[in-house]
Amino acid sequence: MNQTFQAQIYVTLRPSVLDPAGTAVQSGLTHMGYSNVEQVRIGKYVELTLTATDQAAAQQQLDRICDQLLANPVIENYRFELKEVADEVNS
Amino acid sequence: MKFGIIVFPGSNCDRDIAMVVRDLLHQPTRMVWHEDSDLSDLDVVIIPGGFSYGDYLRCGAIARFSPALQATLKHAEQGKFVMGVCNGFQVLTEAGLLPGALVRNRDLHFICDRVSLRVERTDLPWTQNYRKAQVITLPIAHGEGCYYADSQTLAELEANHQVLFRYCTTAGEAIASGNPNGSLHNIAGICNRQGNVLGMMPHPERAADPMLGNTDGINLFKGLLALTGAAVA
Repeated sequence: MNQTFQAQIYVTLRPSVLDPAGTAVQSGLTHMGYSNVEQVRIGKYVELTLTATDQAAAQQQLDRICDQLLANPVIENYRFELKEVADEVNS
Repeated sequence: MKFGIIVFPGSNCDRDIAMVVRDLLHQPTRMVWHEDSDLSDLDVVIIPGGFSYGDYLRCGAIARFSPALQATLKHAEQGKFVMGVCNGFQVLTEAGLLPGALVRNRDLHFICDRVSLRVERTDLPWTQNYRKAQVITLPIAHGEGCYYADSQTLAELEANHQVLFRYCTTAGEAIASGNPNGSLHNIAGICNRQGNVLGMMPHPERAADPMLGNTDGINLFKGLLALTGAAVA
C-alpha cells in the first residue's frame, strides 16, 4: 500500500559561492535602517508530493531527485522535510 | 567535417552558428532538434546560446536530460568534438561534461558587450589558428556567466591546462579590471582533460562574418576544419 508524502525542499547556495543577489538585498536592508542584518543568502524552495511504500523509500527517491536535478551539487546544498499526507486520490 | 547544432526550445544562437559553419565555411550542417537521439553522422556537435527550456530552475539544468544531450554525452565519450557557447557552456557543466558551474554575474547585470580574451593554449584544434597569449575580442551576452568551481577543481584545471580563454585587459593582463563578471581565475572558456569538449561564454560565432566588423572568432571554427583538411573557402 503506497503512502503519499509532501516534501518541502530547500536549495541553498554553498557557503563558498558568492551570492550577489543576497548582497544586493542586504544593502537594501541597510539603506532601510536594518543595519544589524548580515549574511543574506537567497535560495530556492520547492514543494512536491510523491507516493512511496514508506518514508525511507520516499527519502531515498528525493535524495536522487535533488542530486540529479533540483540542486547542482557544485554550487548548492539541499535539505528537505517529508510529511505524510492523507491520500486525496480516489481509488 | 559535418556539424550538428542542437536546437532546444529557447535556443536563439543556433542560426548564427549555422550561418558560420554552413554559409561562411561551406560545411555540411544540420540542425538537431532536442528530441533527436541519433547524432552518429556528426563530427562536431555544437550547443548554441539562448535560454534552453526557459532556463527554469538553473541555466541549462533541464536541457541536460533531453535525448539530444544524452546522445551528445556518447558523442563526447567517443572522443568526437563538442562545443558549447554561452547557454551551451552552462548545459555542458550541468551535464558533467565540463567541471564547475556558471553562476550569476558578480554585479547582477546582464552584460552585453565586447570583451578582451587571452588565448591560453594553442595545441588543440579549437585554438590552433591563434597565437599563444594572443588577445582577441569577442562579444559576450549573459546574466549567469561567472565561472565557479571549488579550489581543488580550479587547481586541476590549471595543472592540466584546461583553461583556453581568459578575460583580460586590452593589454592581455588577466586581472580584476579585465574581468566582466567575476569569473574565478578570469575563466571565459575551458575544455575537458581530453580536449575534445569546449565550453565558453563568449560568442565566437558573432565575430566571424567580415560584414559584422570583427572576425576574431572565425579561427576557432577554421581550426576544426584543419583537422580533416576540409576545404575552407
